Amino acid sequence: MPGLGTALGRGAATTFQEDLQNSDCILIMGSNMAEAHPVGFRFPMKARERGAQLIHVDPHFTRTSAMCQTYVPIRAGSDIAFLGGLVRYVLTNDRWFREYVLAYTNAATIINEGYQDAEDLDGLFAGYDPEKKSYDKKGNSWQYEGEEQPHKSQGPEEVQTQAYSKRLASLENPIPPSDPELKHPRCVMNILRRHFERYTPEMVAETCGCSREEFLKVAELLCANSGRERTTSIVYAVGWTQHSVGVQMIRCATILQLLLGNIGRPGGGIMAMRGHASIQGSTDVPTLYDLLPGYIPQPAAVRHHGTLGDFFEQEEVKHGYWSNLPKFMISLLKAWYGDAATNENEWGYCWLPRLDGNYSHLPTFVRMEEGKVRGLFLFGQNPAAGAPNAKLHRAAMKKLDWLVVRDWFEIESACYWYKGPEGTDPKTIPTEVFFMPAAALPEKDGTLTNTQRLLQWHDRAVDPPEDCRSDLWFMYDLGKRLKQLYAGSQRKCDQGLLNLTWDYGYDKPNVLPDGRLSRIGDEPDAEKVLKEINGYTVADRIPVQAFADLKADGSTACGCWIYTGVYPKEGYNRSRERKRTPGVYTSPNWGFSWPHNRRMMYNRASADPEGRPWSERKKYVWWDEAQKKWTGVDVPDFEPDKAPSYRPPEGSKGMASISGDSPFIMKPDGKGWLFAPAGVKDGPLPTHYEPIESPVTNPLYGQQQNPTIKTFDVALNPKSAPLDPEYPVAATTFRLTEHYLSGPMSRFNSWLNELQPEMFIELSPELAEERGIEHGGWMVAWNARAAIEARAMVTRRVRPLKVDGRMMHQIAIPFHWGFAGETVGAVANDLTSVLTDPNVSMHEAKAFVCNVRPGRIEELRRNAPLIPAPWPTYRVAPGAPESAQPEGQQK
Amino acid sequence: MTAEEFVSQAVEVWARPEAPAAREQTGFFTDTTLCIGCKACEVACKQWNQLPGDGFTWTGNSYDNTVALSATTWRHVAFVEQMDGQNHAPRWLMMSDVCKHCAQAPCEEACPTGSLIYNEFGNVYVQQDICNGCAYCVAACPFGVLDRNHEDGKAHKCTLCYDRQKDGMTPACAKACPTQSIQFGTVSELRERARRRVEELHARGETDAYLYGNEPAGEYSELNSFFLLKDKPGVYNLPEAPRRPSAHLKPNYAASFAAAIGLAIVSALCFGKRGR
Repeated sequence: MPGLGTALGRGAATTFQEDLQNSDCILIMGSNMAEAHPVGFRFPMKARERGAQLIHVDPHFTRTSAMCQTYVPIRAGSDIAFLGGLVRYVLTNDRWFREYVLAYTNAATIINEGYQDAEDLDGLFAGYDPEKKSYDKKGNSWQYEGEEQPHKSQGPEEVQTQAYSKRLASLENPIPPSDPELKHPRCVMNILRRHFERYTPEMVAETCGCSREEFLKVAELLCANSGRERTTSIVYAVGWTQHSVGVQMIRCATILQLLLGNIGRPGGGIMAMRGHASIQGSTDVPTLYDLLPGYIPQPAAVRHHGTLGDFFEQEEVKHGYWSNLPKFMISLLKAWYGDAATNENEWGYCWLPRLDGNYSHLPTFVRMEEGKVRGLFLFGQNPAAGAPNAKLHRAAMKKLDWLVVRDWFEIESACYWYKGPEGTDPKTIPTEVFFMPAAALPEKDGTLTNTQRLLQWHDRAVDPPEDCRSDLWFMYDLGKRLKQLYAGSQRKCDQGLLNLTWDYGYDKPNVLPDGRLSRIGDEPDAEKVLKEINGYTVADRIPVQAFADLKADGSTACGCWIYTGVYPKEGYNRSRERKRTPGVYTSPNWGFSWPHNRRMMYNRASADPEGRPWSERKKYVWWDEAQKKWTGVDVPDFEPDKAPSYRPPEGSKGMASISGDSPFIMKPDGKGWLFAPAGVKDGPLPTHYEPIESPVTNPLYGQQQNPTIKTFDVALNPKSAPLDPEYPVAATTFRLTEHYLSGPMSRFNSWLNELQPEMFIELSPELAEERGIEHGGWMVAWNARAAIEARAMVTRRVRPLKVDGRMMHQIAIPFHWGFAGETVGAVANDLTSVLTDPNVSMHEAKAFVCNVRPGRIEELRRNAPLIPAPWPTYRVAPGAPESAQPEGQQK
Repeated sequence: MTAEEFVSQAVEVWARPEAPAAREQTGFFTDTTLCIGCKACEVACKQWNQLPGDGFTWTGNSYDNTVALSATTWRHVAFVEQMDGQNHAPRWLMMSDVCKHCAQAPCEEACPTGSLIYNEFGNVYVQQDICNGCAYCVAACPFGVLDRNHEDGKAHKCTLCYDRQKDGMTPACAKACPTQSIQFGTVSELRERARRRVEELHARGETDAYLYGNEPAGEYSELNSFFLLKDKPGVYNLPEAPRRPSAHLKPNYAASFAAAIGLAIVSALCFGKRGR
């Protein structure tokens, strides 16, 4: 999540959902919160009932739009134009929060002379290398004045990761030259003004397809509800991330919120809604190829990472919190390799795998399709229906030697070898598919880390049925078997596996909540894993309390430094806590929120530079002069006793170099970055580029699309050129409340299926009439990659938009169906394409083009749906007394 | 066994256990302005009451695919798209419909077996072991709430989670509602809350908000499960003026009596003439 990390310091939602109730205005954009996060949506609803204005900006009118006072339709993929227009409105009308911006952002910082803006180069920034399609030649031209290009090995783009160190960027001089008067032509504020100069309301209307008045209404609402007394928050989700410019959309929102003074304040901030349970957790303790736990970069073979010393030298950030990297890294190695990790062998650093390329999801499947990947484990993932260009994913999986699918049901990714829209012949597929039944959430212990970094423990209620097992059990058992397989090996490359600490078995009897002994004797103890993640002192194995306790001398072990504090003493699991504190909406004793149980990050910014709340109405964390410490309703995101008046002495390092009025302690200069001198690969400022497939030319620049996208030009992944007359209809995908992702957890449940039983496509009456499509009838949507059929939902909730002077049609496609389950339907993701954005290897499933016609695809083999589940009450609940049988339904 | 014992056991079979003491009346207040159409109430109801899915039929009627309340659907969320922008800004109305638990329920009046009763919480309740499946209640309900199930032939509807209430729990739908669109409580408290809510909305300029079923209207009693609506009842598929069949008993009987007498006279005259 470099969109937030680059500007603010941490790649996670700045606030928490409960805090949305304090907003005076909420802009929901790139999110269908009421449908995708209905439970969290209670807080925007509470805010509305308290008088807040809710705004939804989205390609089609959803249940979220229905709840908002203001709805503005825009063309899919035009978000930066809209947000850029808002930034311009704030600047030209002088509506920015002056004291906040001058004190807490890099608005006054002066940028190097070599900097050239997208305005100067018609959509490119200084240093673009057209051959490599990257900004390789930028040197120090994006940097703060006086900063030299660090003499560090950069390596290929794909191994410059989402790691903190890369995003934060190191500075030699943490107090860069600045002009508080904002007169200098190269100070960030003036660069920002010039950059967004042409994002006028008229340009926004022409690019996005909304009206000028609709845009101005949103702009005025945001401005009127920001400042000392009022705050506005922004909610986004995968409607922003899944674009070739997703990171920059989020960046642009960050700039807007910094200018309006809304970060780190109650009712403000940017709420990143995650697309999936525990996605935040899976980047914290990552399933990502390029990160170690806690956003430590994975060492790379193609960079100067040979020894641990080299690694620290390359990844060093001298100023701010990240200067503690050696403590986190050595504690991690100690947690993984235990006694085998010694000072002599660099704590086992040599056993960590080294990167030599991009092993993220999409490039891996492209390689798989080329026959270069032999085996695959799928844990709760369904690429055969859920991944962009699912057709390519199915083709890739047909080239595997073996595939292990762990899931509750026989999902598309487990049955793609004998059914699917291609009419697959199993004889032609060499893959051996192992389908392993998985335990469901109530059948296993563990944590979920939700969208607001909140760890919540779930206890197992019952044992999983029959052969179903938890993923933890599977991994633990697999690890044990592998260690056995390699036992005694002297090969260097096997030593990492052999030295891995792997001891999570139960010490005490494994008892279920009802007091019975668990049937599954070899289930590992999930709390032991949590304890290792939390960290402990090696000598006595006593849990550490906070990451400040971690040491770089091998005396502490810690599996993920940002989670430290979740298990602060033996037997005390804070993520299991469910205590409400009456009157305190931050609920500090409900679960555990990283870092250090902070609910709102950067909350130092809720007080003015002198440490006083900006206003009584919006007080949150402030400096208590009498007690000489920071206090408030949350854990201060600041050194607790650093006075607002503190100024770093010359030559300070680490946290000492962060002054008492700099809330963004992860950044080397302590400031929120309006302008990002480093950390994003496609430009220091967000710039409107068209989606790679777009029905219009870029109205703002000669450069049509993000110049740094990586495309995959394989036969199964064709793309149409901009303005392809064959595909004039813009399309986006969306979610329904009734289903979950590609359906593995919902399309096998008749209670959910009856609510949304069939695949459909939403389109406007105008488009339907133009093509002769009837409401409720069948229609086909197709593009260069695939054709899908669905029922036509003709509705005025989808509006044709006037873009670039002409009428443009847009359709909205739910992506929940596939060819397995009780209800089946076309795979929406067969239409989307594989490409990767330069920052996070993200695809662009939220904006593409297609064409539509009435009718069906005759050649498609229809997959007979399974019969619905029987009336459950016909089966009497065994062993239960009559009174406990379902109400009134006994036979 | 002595004779007395035999007699007392034989009598016990016919003895009725004492009825539970009446409690304060409970009901639902469904505030449609807070409904986000998530249908969590439908699913929670089906899960708690173990009701089957009704089959997978896509209707194309906005996002409403369960269509109506039935023997196996006791909560139903209606979706009304009003996107034309006539009279008001484009909007999408959502309403979670349920049994109205009428203060004077026609179904209860119509039930010949005594299966339909008011339980101790004042909720209208179908006793499954007594219902004989005659379906008089189905015809009597002006809201189309009651329905006979084809599997067991009996009438079913919302129980207001009688079993949960007995254990001091909130009914499943109200518990699952994330936005407090469905509120459960004692009827007196809910009516007060609803009245304040309407005032609040009116003060905010939403003058189209009003309560449906909060008080008796015409021949119909007040509803203990009532609604806050934003448009005419018909828009939500609710009757503007629900009819209570028993209110028409006397005139209807009188009319048929009169008709019978009239016909008797007419035929007597006809046959009388011919006979002469």
